[in-house]
Amino acid sequence: MSAPPALPRWADVGLIPLINVLAALIVSGVVVTIIGENPFEAMMVMIKGAFVYKGSLGYTLYYATNFIFTGLAVAVAFHAMLFNIGGEGQAYLGGLGAGLVCLMFDSMLPALVLIPLAIMASAGFGAIWGAIPGYLQAKRGSHIVITTIMFNFLAASIMVWLLAGRLKAPGQMSPETRSFSPNAELPFIHDIANALGMEMARSPLNLSFVVALLACVGVWILIWRSRLGYAIRATGHSAGAAQYAGIPVSTIIIITMAISGGLAGMMAINEILGVQHRTILGFTSGYGFTGIAVALMGRNHPVGIVLASLLFGALYQGGAELDFEFSTITREMVLLIQGLIILFSGGLAYMFNRPLAHFLGFLLTPRHAGGGRRG
Amino acid sequence: MTDASQMANGGSTSPLAIELSAINKSFGDVHANRDVNLKVVSGHIHGIIGENGAGKSTLVSILYGFYAADGGLISVNGQITTIRNSADAIGKGIGMVHQHFMLVPNFTVLENVMLGHEGSLSIEASAQKARNVLNKLSEDFGLTVDSDMIVENLPVGLQQRVEILKALFRGAEILILDEPTGVLTPQETEQLFDILRALREQGVTILLITHKLKEIMAITDDVSVMRDGEMVAHLKTAQTSPAELAELMVGRKVLLEVDHTPAKPGVPVLQAENLCLTTANGIDHLKDISLTLREGEIVGVAGVSGNGQSELLDVLSGITTPTSGSFRVGTNEITTQRPSDPAQLRRLGVAHVPEDRHKCGIILPFSAAESMILGYSGTDEQNQGWWLSPSALEQNCADRMHGFDIRPPLPSLASANFSGGNQQKIVLAREISTQPKLLLVGQPTRGVDIGAIEFIHKQLIALRNEGCAILLVSVELDEIMSLSDRILVMNNGQMVGELAREEADEQQLGLMMAGIGAEDGITTSQMRAGS
Amino acid sequence: MQEEGGVADLWLQFLLTIDATLRVATPLILCAMAGIFSEKSGIIDISLEGKMLMSAFAAAAVATLTSSALAGLVTAIGVSVLLGLLHGLASITLRGNQVISGLAINILASGLTVTIGIAMFKQGGQTPNLSRAERFRPIELPFAEQIGNLPLIGPIYREVISGHNILVWVALAAVLFTAFILTRTRFGLRLRAVGEKPEALDSAGVSVAKTRYLALIVAGVLCGMAGAYLSTAHGSGFVREMTAGKGYIALAAMIFGKWQPRGALLACLLFGFLEAVASRLQGVDVPLIGEAPVDLILALPYLLTVILLAGFVGKAMPPRAIGEPYVKER
Repeated sequence: MSAPPALPRWADVGLIPLINVLAALIVSGVVVTIIGENPFEAMMVMIKGAFVYKGSLGYTLYYATNFIFTGLAVAVAFHAMLFNIGGEGQAYLGGLGAGLVCLMFDSMLPALVLIPLAIMASAGFGAIWGAIPGYLQAKRGSHIVITTIMFNFLAASIMVWLLAGRLKAPGQMSPETRSFSPNAELPFIHDIANALGMEMARSPLNLSFVVALLACVGVWILIWRSRLGYAIRATGHSAGAAQYAGIPVSTIIIITMAISGGLAGMMAINEILGVQHRTILGFTSGYGFTGIAVALMGRNHPVGIVLASLLFGALYQGGAELDFEFSTITREMVLLIQGLIILFSGGLAYMFNRPLAHFLGFLLTPRHAGGGRRG
Repeated sequence: MTDASQMANGGSTSPLAIELSAINKSFGDVHANRDVNLKVVSGHIHGIIGENGAGKSTLVSILYGFYAADGGLISVNGQITTIRNSADAIGKGIGMVHQHFMLVPNFTVLENVMLGHEGSLSIEASAQKARNVLNKLSEDFGLTVDSDMIVENLPVGLQQRVEILKALFRGAEILILDEPTGVLTPQETEQLFDILRALREQGVTILLITHKLKEIMAITDDVSVMRDGEMVAHLKTAQTSPAELAELMVGRKVLLEVDHTPAKPGVPVLQAENLCLTTANGIDHLKDISLTLREGEIVGVAGVSGNGQSELLDVLSGITTPTSGSFRVGTNEITTQRPSDPAQLRRLGVAHVPEDRHKCGIILPFSAAESMILGYSGTDEQNQGWWLSPSALEQNCADRMHGFDIRPPLPSLASANFSGGNQQKIVLAREISTQPKLLLVGQPTRGVDIGAIEFIHKQLIALRNEGCAILLVSVELDEIMSLSDRILVMNNGQMVGELAREEADEQQLGLMMAGIGAEDGITTSQMRAGS
Repeated sequence: MQEEGGVADLWLQFLLTIDATLRVATPLILCAMAGIFSEKSGIIDISLEGKMLMSAFAAAAVATLTSSALAGLVTAIGVSVLLGLLHGLASITLRGNQVISGLAINILASGLTVTIGIAMFKQGGQTPNLSRAERFRPIELPFAEQIGNLPLIGPIYREVISGHNILVWVALAAVLFTAFILTRTRFGLRLRAVGEKPEALDSAGVSVAKTRYLALIVAGVLCGMAGAYLSTAHGSGFVREMTAGKGYIALAAMIFGKWQPRGALLACLLFGFLEAVASRLQGVDVPLIGEAPVDLILALPYLLTVILLAGFVGKAMPPRAIGEPYVKER
């Protein structure tokens, strides 16, 4: 039971996530084989579906946009050692915020005012939906995991109630708002490209992707280059030390959860302002939960989150292709892979760490004979 | 070494309850136990003494099956055995009273005693049996505890009794006590010793782990000394002296003398009046604490740990708001109605070296540079507005590492990778470098190597000489006596007396720490007159 | 006469709602008891949902294939226990994050049930409709019709007590079972200890890991029965995502009941009652309010749990060591 040598950082950040994905794919492959299909064929279909077919890359990036937002949301909270599994509900309410702004002002305001306002509303609504569980954790001691789960369901109930009631477009059956006027629409990337004279296939990829990348930069600066980020990390690593340092721990928890919820809420701009152009029922489709997998894989770092989002974007887009190519495997396969990735990179995180650390220790020791720490 | 072991054997005929030979145990790079030998005579009270980190706790954890040794042999009652887990140890008649009690707080005494040793599937049947055994045990040894009380509502001394009862209930004939008096008042300690003597009468073998010389001298028959993971001596208690043991413990003559010139106290920096702190469930931690600290003096606070010293530091540093009373830093008054916080007090020139550096003083995964601004991340000299500049942080850290001889001098190294002494120096460097008016220091040398102790003590004296007021809380009486200009004594949340540096001696402080001065209404002056 | 008929009718309506409450509450009760076993042992169990979903599928699939509801139930229990062991591997042996592991199991269950379902039955993730023989049928108690005709009391016997399938009774028995195990047995004592202070159990020579695994196995059995109830007793076949958050409601009920069997039972009945009322009010116009806000009534369990957790009414104290993997002190 001797302690294994610590895993080098490059292995922890680079190798472990790859091994986790590989393990998830192998297990899924076994399932596919049991079902009676060829897993490599399925894999090829997914890769083609995600990258090769016309417009597929756009779809992949469109999905990735959602995951960047929800992944960042989970990561920011993780830095304060808070487990926000309420991204789903926060994104949902973000859609309400964006929707309300568009419904109220889309006939009055120009796009340049309306869209930023709608983005702020989505972030704001998400922030409130994150900050309340944050407040309950900080001031009332409620467990944030349980509260955020409950808030997911509360958000869903509120949205069903509103979309099937007050917000429902008159004279329409389906539970959704009316379509917004065109000045509430974020431009599609293919439209921008075409306008610039570049040929690009149609896809739902829109300007939100750029907003998502900006959010990554913002989160990086926040966490590692700002006083607030220092306070967030200090609170996360050691509440005792934060208290000793005079960092207002409760306030930091609430602020962190607001930022986290705001990021999740901004996922709505991709779906609502970018693609649907109205607020619809269930547009979050579990992307909030996928954010947990993304943050775990991406090691809570914006760069890692972008890479993990691309992976999940490809999985979602490639998975959709499975529906067309096979009669027996469907896009639910992706849920399976996602569940396995969360399992391997979160719950079973230490399964590969220890053996790998021993293995690497074995590989690396002879070259640095007697290599203890310096000093 | 051989003479010593022969000595421990005493009359070579006396049977051994425990014999350890060549026990080794490492944690990563740390060799916690190195070829440890030990012979414990049956029916004796055998002490193991050593400084913090000498490897005592590791050794008894191996004996109780918490850790597996990397090598070596264990014999119990003359038979070589393997102890893989606590169940094995219990089966061999070994019981343990842990430093941190192993009691389920919301269980009754009875439930705690029978846990893991219920005897039958149904609790009712077990409970009846356990109750009878408990009654018998309490008669035999004077170990009375109400068996239906919820454990968390019992005072610490009684909780410890429950631990002892637990071990006896499991049929322990060999009882290990790991630092049992750290949480006890002197009276409770005396009661514990009475119990231990009664147990010895009945033939129970006792292994007492402690770092307190006084206890070894008071109660043990034999004593073994550990240092740096090794056994350095086995002695008969009657044939040794505290001085000899102390020298063995630290490996050289104990010299905690610092170059201490008389203080030149100036104007008051801190004035506390009637500070009280009561928790929500009605426990008084601080009762009417009043004290004054002046520029250029070190005031030591002596006391058994857990008598309110930690809470006093928490209140004065702004971490906790007092329930009533006030204190004044310079011209700023802090009261319950106008509370303060650590950030504000730092701005007023109050620095704080916390008692527990791992929990508060540094953040282990942070780089040294980041730990070096803990508490000061909001002050402007470390920042540009809202932002932090890593290069500035590292430069600042490198400068301080140079000034305080912190090794290795690598600002980007994680704080966890520094030794205890160097971590403490990081904290000290951070707190001293701001030229504070008032420095609150808790246990400045806990778990710190000798070289660093000397360095830290010199720094504190130098800071005093520059005019800083220092409040020093320590459970090490030697430290208090060698550094302080005045000594305050705390007991049960109260200040029970004050002594000037020159009139303090260990005996008198001990009496006051036991609360005798306060209980008998003896005032400080009377005590002075008496001495 | 008209008036009297109205009263009798109202009474009947009320009894039917109570009857529906019991039916809706049954899986909640089983899951909440499962949650008590896991969480009392110190393991956060948000995987109730996934375990129930997987076992609902397993029960229906095996019941179809073997034409035996009992075989379905046994398989459901087996599957649920396996998932419990996986949760244990992650959270006990490998000391991983218990919330993440539970979440992974839930997502895994969503994906796996549909994937296997389509492969096996090619009905878009559903299992074929179960015949009467493949389901747990209602048990009509003797003289239900005769006694049922007695005024007032009679309908209670006929509508509320009679006509439930065996798993409803099992669920109620599970509450007594859980209470008995926790307070009267050696295992219960150790279970409560391991969730409060695992090192106390360890130093008493009892394996922390074994005790926790055992708790997860019992939880698995209970969840398996809940799943089988959904697909082979309450429903007649598996429908994708058929648990629809019931596992989380059960979790909420367990918290609402302060981790105690009796409290959790009452919370399950309350939440079940709210759902039964909501489904009766679907599309009904309520005076003054207009159309009944069914969606908001359905959200009440979550809201109530949040309020309770925040300590605004009473205080729910979780087991002290919950969520912390047990590591011996270095």
